[in-house]
Amino acid sequence: MDFIAILRIAIRALTRNKMRSLLTMLGIVIGVGAVIATVGLGQGAQEQVQRQIASMGTDLLFISSGSVNKGGVRLGGGATKTLIYDDMKAIVQQVPTAALAAPSSGASGLIVADNQNWSTRITGTEPQYFDIRNWSFDRGVNFTQDDVTRAANVVVLGATVQQNLFGRADSTGKTVRIGNLPFLVVGVLQAKGQSGMGQDQDDGVFVPITTLQKKITGQDWLQNIMVSATSQEASYAAQAQITSLLRDRHRIRPGQDDDFSVRNLADVAQLADESSKVMTLLLASIAGVSLIVGGIGIMNIMLVSVTERTREIGIRIAIGATESDVLRQFLSESVVLSLTGGVMGILFGIAASITITKVLGWSILIAPIAVGAAVVFSMAVGIFFGFYPARKAAMLDPIEALRFE
Amino acid sequence: MATLVQNELNADVMMKPERPANGSAVIQVQDVHKSYDLGETKVHALRGVDMKIEPGEFVAIMGSSGSGKSTFMNILGCLDKPTSGKYILEGTDVSSLDKKQLAAIRNRKLGFVFQGFNLLSRTTALENVELPTLYAQTEKSMRQARSKEVLELVGLGDRMGHFPSQLSGGQQQRVAIARALVNKPAILLADEPTGNLDSRTSVEIMQIFQDLNDSGLTIVLVTHEPDIAQFAKRTVVFRDGKIRHDDPVSNHPRAAEVLKSMPTVDED
Ligand SMILES: Nc1ncnc2c1ncn2[C@@H]1O[C@H](COP(=O)(O)OP(=O)(O)OP(=O)(O)O)[C@@H](O)[C@H]1O
Ligand SMILES: [Mg+2]
Repeated sequence: MDFIAILRIAIRALTRNKMRSLLTMLGIVIGVGAVIATVGLGQGAQEQVQRQIASMGTDLLFISSGSVNKGGVRLGGGATKTLIYDDMKAIVQQVPTAALAAPSSGASGLIVADNQNWSTRITGTEPQYFDIRNWSFDRGVNFTQDDVTRAANVVVLGATVQQNLFGRADSTGKTVRIGNLPFLVVGVLQAKGQSGMGQDQDDGVFVPITTLQKKITGQDWLQNIMVSATSQEASYAAQAQITSLLRDRHRIRPGQDDDFSVRNLADVAQLADESSKVMTLLLASIAGVSLIVGGIGIMNIMLVSVTERTREIGIRIAIGATESDVLRQFLSESVVLSLTGGVMGILFGIAASITITKVLGWSILIAPIAVGAAVVFSMAVGIFFGFYPARKAAMLDPIEALRFE
Repeated sequence: MATLVQNELNADVMMKPERPANGSAVIQVQDVHKSYDLGETKVHALRGVDMKIEPGEFVAIMGSSGSGKSTFMNILGCLDKPTSGKYILEGTDVSSLDKKQLAAIRNRKLGFVFQGFNLLSRTTALENVELPTLYAQTEKSMRQARSKEVLELVGLGDRMGHFPSQLSGGQQQRVAIARALVNKPAILLADEPTGNLDSRTSVEIMQIFQDLNDSGLTIVLVTHEPDIAQFAKRTVVFRDGKIRHDDPVSNHPRAAEVLKSMPTVDED
């Protein structure tokens, strides 16, 4: 029998039981839809992460106090107090691949402005920090090196803090309180959005490092140092050079673990990329399970259908249908079911990812590979789960089938 | 009409004549046994049947219930295989054929008509008749033309778009006959084709069979009713899985003549 005739018979058999066919397809629709949506979202998230990391600059290096093991787990982070301001000075002076460096220590605290208050992160740093992070000012100016020297009570607000304390109003020149100290607002940063790790980078304020150390935390060591390499390629050399310099300065003997860690943002980017890939894969395989469940649903209905149509099968065999004719007939029914379900699932998945990305403000990413894979996969599900019922039909004994009531 | 049911089997390369010297019999059955193993007991449905049917014959098989008529017909129709013995169809030993070749024989050489009509419901008369042509890979343009032709032949030219549920029993059986004829078979096998029909309709069906037989079609028919069997040219009586009688019918009546003398249902 030719392909068109088989297809026509299959479609007719399926439309005879519209509700049943639709319900049977539902499993595939949901499975494919979920795969398309999760893969689409995963890719969207991945791209988002990449864009943010790129916006931070892939030539950046983070030095943190405390060691980090190979897996990236921090062991006693911040427990060691050996990273100091002079380390930073030494890096700038002695590491040729390091362009700029800025200290960064943090604390959390409550910022009060008039009758508003906001709990946020307070970062102590130096003016070049904003150059390294490629961060420009929305209003006002940066604090100066002189402010650092004097440990002045000046503060730069992140966009989220500005929004929560002052709304649209100009905050520069106004005074806010951190703890019980008054600080003069000198500038407001432009919004930067979420970091690759999902943190709101704009939810924070920046004060001179000296001010933070002397007046807020009382620490005389640094939590982090941020370094920009002369180029992205140079960042790996810089990482090695900084490591050996700091080991030297901290008098760490060969074989002993570092009491600091140097992370390269290019590595972080890769790590974030990998973890979001793993996440996507995980979600997609969970969604894939529902495809299999859908396949079992198809198998179930096809078995019912074969039993119901035993007599029809007997007639077909008696008038000359071969085993492969019957096999193909039922197989094409299950493939039409699963493929239709697959196409509906793709549309459903695309609609879902468009909706979700709109809500999250991400760009829509519908992977053509995922769509192609969904088509192939749903077809495979139809063939795989349809084969057993179809074979059962093809193997029927015509005499018994004709006697079947 | 003669051209319609003409035997086209010579063209079929699949059939290699086994013994060309053995005359011209279309069907040759030699010592055929069929038994069903039901665990404890064994049912012997056929216990050594020999039969030879020449082209153009019209054979009626009779016998009491359970005598093995249907079993024999299923073997003739290549739906079943004998436990032992030989079935030679047009010179070919059927036991040497694989499933695909058997399907092709059922499709093209044999036409089957059942007591219960066995039409596909929710499928029009025309599509039911077309079905065997689909499996025969008939050219698309030929399929419908040929199906319409046979439907007209059995007098259902005006019912092609009807579903089986919209047709009377006699009309359904005509559709089934048209379906059996659509691929121009050499032999028509009918297992109690009039079993579910009233006597007048039965005779109408026999008229169709006689006309087909006149045009050269070999027919083997199973029936309980001697009135129906008399329209054939030869009657074979089965008892306990064996042939008891095998006689030619002397001056069998023409169904068309009988119909004229029969009261119509309205007049009853
Ligand atoms: N599949 C089977 N399994 C076991 N026994 C069977 C099977 N098919 C047929 N038989 C037995 O074979 C014998 C012959 O059956 P068959 O159907 O050929 O009779 P029949 O002559 O056609 O009867 P009827 O006139 O009632 O149709 C019966 O005794 C029946 O019980
Ligand atoms: Mg019977």
